[in-house]
Amino acid sequence: MIELSVVDLAIAASLVLLLALLSLQLKSRISQQLIVAGIRTAVQLTLIGLVLKVLFANAGFGWVLLLSTVMLLEAGREVMARQERRFTGWWGYAVATFSMFLSSFAVTVFALVAILGEDPWYTPQYAIPLLGMLLGNTMNGIAIAMDRLTHTAWEQRAVIEARLMLGERWEQAISEYRRLAIRSGMIPIINAMAAAGIVSLPGMMTGQILAGAPPVEAVKYQILIMFLVTAGTGLGTLAAVSIGARHLFDERQRLCLGRLRQP
Amino acid sequence: MSKAPPLLQIKQLSRKVIGPVNLAIEAGDCLCISGPSGCGKSLLLRALADLDEHSGEACLHGVSAGDIPADNWRRRVGLLPPESVWWLPRVADHFSAELPVALQRIGLGDDILARQVMRLSSGEKQRLALMRLLCNRPEVLLLDEPTANLDPENTRRVEAVIDEYRRARQAVVVWVSHDRAQVERVADRYCVVKAGQLVEQDIEGRQ
Repeated sequence: MIELSVVDLAIAASLVLLLALLSLQLKSRISQQLIVAGIRTAVQLTLIGLVLKVLFANAGFGWVLLLSTVMLLEAGREVMARQERRFTGWWGYAVATFSMFLSSFAVTVFALVAILGEDPWYTPQYAIPLLGMLLGNTMNGIAIAMDRLTHTAWEQRAVIEARLMLGERWEQAISEYRRLAIRSGMIPIINAMAAAGIVSLPGMMTGQILAGAPPVEAVKYQILIMFLVTAGTGLGTLAAVSIGARHLFDERQRLCLGRLRQP
Repeated sequence: MSKAPPLLQIKQLSRKVIGPVNLAIEAGDCLCISGPSGCGKSLLLRALADLDEHSGEACLHGVSAGDIPADNWRRRVGLLPPESVWWLPRVADHFSAELPVALQRIGLGDDILARQVMRLSSGEKQRLALMRLLCNRPEVLLLDEPTANLDPENTRRVEAVIDEYRRARQAVVVWVSHDRAQVERVADRYCVVKAGQLVEQDIEGRQ
């Protein structure tokens, strides 16, 4: 493996800096965001690198659980922040976090126990990166699906209520929008699977190859990850949209858009 | 022997600007409601269809709405809003049950069922929306200005179809209308909304 020095990273950073200067010239107003995001990337990844170094050296279950919980809670917050019309109060956060817990945690534990079979099963070198990959991807799927669900419920209020007026149950009245929301959440990962290896070389696999792993081994891991991510995204999106759609109606099956925040 | 409860009974029903409303309407009766815009007529109909949260209760044959599943209640107490809403491309896709009345009775041909909804006029859509509602055979019809988009000839046709349905099935009709002449043609009872209250008047408008 070729060891990267600070100078190597600084050269890469200069490209982002150059882009920021170019943006400034073109008055595209993203130069500041670009620099802040670049600094955040460097600082956050350095910190997590240090945390992982300590964690790998002290493989206690409590520490793995603590870091996993922090990652999960932050992912729940990210999902909420990306929605234009999110549920008010703690509900939206709870739906997103619960759905990710159900999907990412369940799939990660399943993969650690049933596929990787490392002893102990929570070995941080495997558990944390795997959970991170799953959380990152299910987070996107759930955020897109929930945003689509709440947005269409708001836009199509007249249709949903017209169907209720004709005696349809809430599940029937919102079925079309629920289906579209689940589809929206799943499309990115389906596209990623379809394009993998032809249009794009997935990041994790590329990273492993650059770090010196044999390409065939890297590919096997990538396939494993993509299947796990697909299962996690699907489960998480289904759970979030199902719970979210139910919460759009009260016990008398009335559409309650007052439960959504104004944008 | 005790008297049977009225088909529709409204007890202390309030929703935002309207209420408390207390009313009992017997089977086969048509109650017309008038009042200025924003006085709460549509809110009252929505509350009766149990689409909005409200205080008080509505009862069908003495059974409270809360004791009847919401979807069942809305099939029995059908609301026709002023603007019809359609969600599938073809007209026929919105009809699963047999039509209660021949389409010719409301001035439409059978071929309209095969047409695309987006190609219909607002008047055609409104008449078809009434047909769609009647397919459920509701016991109570809540009509929110059902003829607002119709010409006089089709207005009379719609009035005749509703009247015939009401008599044949002994249904209750609650009809919001701003048209005094229409009220005189269709109503058995007449109320005006004043300061959030339903004030009953005789059909000719004398209190």
